[in-house]
Amino acid sequence: MIDCVENRLLTSRRGLLLGGASFAAWAYLPKFARAADGRDPRLIVVILRGALDGLSTVAPVGDPDYAGLHGSIALSADGAHPAIMLDPFFALHPAMPEFARMYRDTHAAVIHAVATPYRDRSHFDGQDVLESGYAGPGRVQSGWLNRALEVLPRGERVSSGLAVGPTTPLVLRGSAPTVGWAPVALPQADDDTAMRLTELYRHRDPALASALSQGLQLEKAATGDDMKRKPGNAVAQMRQVARGAAKLMAADDGPRIAALAFDGWDTHANEGGPVGRLAFLLGGLDGALAEFESGLGNRWRDTVVVVATEFGRTARINGTDGTDHGTGTIALLAGGAVKGGRVISDWPGLKLANLHEGRDLKPTTDLRSVIKGVLQGQFGLSDRVLAETVFPDSAAARPMKGLVA
Amino acid sequence: MARDFQAALVALNRFGFGARGGASGDLINAASDPRGFVKAELARPNGVLLEAPGLQSTPQLGQAVFAYQDQVKQAREAAKETARETAKDTAPAETPQPAPADPKPALRRNLSLNAVATEIAGQMADAKTADNAAKPDTMQPNMAAPPPAKPAPQPLNVIQKTFRAEALARLQRATLAECGFTERLVVFWSNHFCISAGKGELARIWAGAFEREAIRPHVLGRFADMLRAVEQHPAMLFFLDNQQSLGPDSRAGQNRKRGLNENLAREIMELHTLGVGGGYTQEDVTSLARIITGWTFAGRQGQLGAPGSFVFNANAHQPGPQVLLGKTYQATGLAQGEAALADIARHPSTANFIATKFVRHFVADDPPPALVARLREIFVRTDGDLRALATALVDSDEAWKSPLSKMRSPYDFLVASGRLLARVPEEPGPYLNNLNLLGQPLWSPAGPNGFPDTAAAWAAPEGMKLRLDIASQMGARLGNNIDPLDLLEFAAADAASIETRKTIERAESRQQALALLLMSPEMQRR
Repeated sequence: MIDCVENRLLTSRRGLLLGGASFAAWAYLPKFARAADGRDPRLIVVILRGALDGLSTVAPVGDPDYAGLHGSIALSADGAHPAIMLDPFFALHPAMPEFARMYRDTHAAVIHAVATPYRDRSHFDGQDVLESGYAGPGRVQSGWLNRALEVLPRGERVSSGLAVGPTTPLVLRGSAPTVGWAPVALPQADDDTAMRLTELYRHRDPALASALSQGLQLEKAATGDDMKRKPGNAVAQMRQVARGAAKLMAADDGPRIAALAFDGWDTHANEGGPVGRLAFLLGGLDGALAEFESGLGNRWRDTVVVVATEFGRTARINGTDGTDHGTGTIALLAGGAVKGGRVISDWPGLKLANLHEGRDLKPTTDLRSVIKGVLQGQFGLSDRVLAETVFPDSAAARPMKGLVA
Repeated sequence: MARDFQAALVALNRFGFGARGGASGDLINAASDPRGFVKAELARPNGVLLEAPGLQSTPQLGQAVFAYQDQVKQAREAAKETARETAKDTAPAETPQPAPADPKPALRRNLSLNAVATEIAGQMADAKTADNAAKPDTMQPNMAAPPPAKPAPQPLNVIQKTFRAEALARLQRATLAECGFTERLVVFWSNHFCISAGKGELARIWAGAFEREAIRPHVLGRFADMLRAVEQHPAMLFFLDNQQSLGPDSRAGQNRKRGLNENLAREIMELHTLGVGGGYTQEDVTSLARIITGWTFAGRQGQLGAPGSFVFNANAHQPGPQVLLGKTYQATGLAQGEAALADIARHPSTANFIATKFVRHFVADDPPPALVARLREIFVRTDGDLRALATALVDSDEAWKSPLSKMRSPYDFLVASGRLLARVPEEPGPYLNNLNLLGQPLWSPAGPNGFPDTAAAWAAPEGMKLRLDIASQMGARLGNNIDPLDLLEFAAADAASIETRKTIERAESRQQALALLLMSPEMQRR
């Protein structure tokens, strides 16, 4: 029994650095916030690091080959833990009742058989492509969300921001300034010492001067009591980070655009079906979405949450009741601004001949099209900016229309 | 003899763990003969091995975990039994119960049973603390703090005790080393071939032994030997799931209807040897996964060998020849995988990958191409002689001329601070907590690619702020008894910038001066 608990809670390959969750936000409000139409759009990008098994999260139970391929971990519409039917073909993992409710209320959507342009199977390159927005790996100076911020009209500086973890996720890294915060209980250096050190750095080491002065500005706002670190498992921390993020983002002068990363989705062994390790993590994700909804209050109606992962996993389970690195997977959208209640998919089928390289769900939708559609719907970015600046050389991946209400 | 203090900083900070304070004379010695100072450690036979009283072998530790798990199970069953007895024998309202049973022990993270099961609670709390980086109520902000006064301390279980003993031995070695070059090499290779203690109890208890057994003996030896030692070490086999991988056509695979797990095979090629883009395909990954089926460790029953030791399980091994990177490997059991690893170790992509990573770690985020090319050539020519690789690095001009633009990692920073303050760690807790806080939990990187190795990763805003907080705590605790200007002489002497010297001189207190010294570019850059 103890082994089982250990596996579920601790077997996170991408690990549990500061709880396996990180958050960072743009340091400015978009200028059109509180504009005449009353819309004050918010965007939260959630990166699932480790490669989410899309076929176990939104299962194509109507595909005759699914049950055979996914074997012992396949979901089904009946049994002790029935999957939740989203339509006659696709069923949602039973660990995600909140997402199911949002879907029924047409505030959540699934895009299935998506992938970035990356076609190899290295996590680290895959994440670089997902987050950098470039067509191939090796470009890690800036992320697509940061480049999108650069073209947005910049208004007031946000009064608060938070990030868990001492680093900013790549998707939000770049020249547009971001804020972050790490919840720790450590007595802080006094202001005078901080000022003297900043001064020394300014003369001797400008890079450290810039890092330290940013670090010093980041505190306060997010340090409400409920964001103090409590002992707890990764799932509780997903909720906790989401709750803290939502609290800040709900404020009039709080950040509007933010990114989170949740680690631990690399389910090579004993992935579990309706219950088990993946179920446990999906429950955490579902909880985080619910925290966004309740924490954002009446701002939820202007919000889109995008959930994406670097690639999918093999269609056929491996020899250890898990799945190895694959290709096509899902993206999830949630939020009051989402035109939801739909699984959007050009379903490729799971016959052997239809699988990518005979092993993975074949991607039929470019993830960049989905993200472009959201950025266009929320912030009105033009096709050209999206195809040249935000996702360089991506004109072929046209923005998906009608994702945002 | 002429003294070059700028070169001394390179010798001590780029290659080593920084100058020791007190009477060590490190900075003067390094300034007198910078290259000789660094290379002296390379000449000591067996100088990299770490043996300390009480540190045990991997099988011994594995058996300790198995015994501990049995004990926990028995305690739990006993508690259940007592509860059942109590329920049967006593009237409903009678209290207190002799052994309050936990209704759902496996789902609770913070068990508080009676004395028999206290160990369980300790172990659970440890897993949580260690893997989730920080736990405010036990935070030790100051590395030199006295032993913590925890409320209601739990006795440590064997896993926690071992992890702490291993950590302490490593920290003491790093603090006491003369230059610290070979210890830095240990950290480099240990991070290259990392496991994560966060994987579970076995990984946590084995983390130190893995480094002592698979890394240290080969740091000045051959890459191919280190590679084989690493991939056959139970800690790595456990970390990347290979003990679960069965050849689909092997007897065990057929009987148990289970098969391949390609996790370890992929990371061997992607992270340990060839590197992404190193010329392998998905077919090669699967093929290597088949080749190393049966590489596992003996379990608690010991049917295959001493529990916790590496074994080749022929029953789990995929039969038949396999093609890997264009070459056919005949079915020779364990030797099939060993031959494959030996070839991968001397693949040109491996030489390139290792040379690049090595130079990036020690010299610059953008490694000078000529130096990389030279080290690659040496790696090929010497068949992966890692002492030759390290020597060539120290002999190069680039390593001495490139500006000190790298950042000390949190581990480097904490060790260098302890060395300068001449404090030999007696207790690992404060170090472990500060490492968690700064995002580099010991032996627990977030993924199999290890901790990042760029200046930017460690000079992030939040990280710098936390470093300052930690340095301030150290200053507040220790500033009374030291003269910061003396320490500056030990740390940098004439290589200190005028601004740093003035900043320390003008500090409003010794405490503040010490914090500023520890945070100065001279102490942060390497």
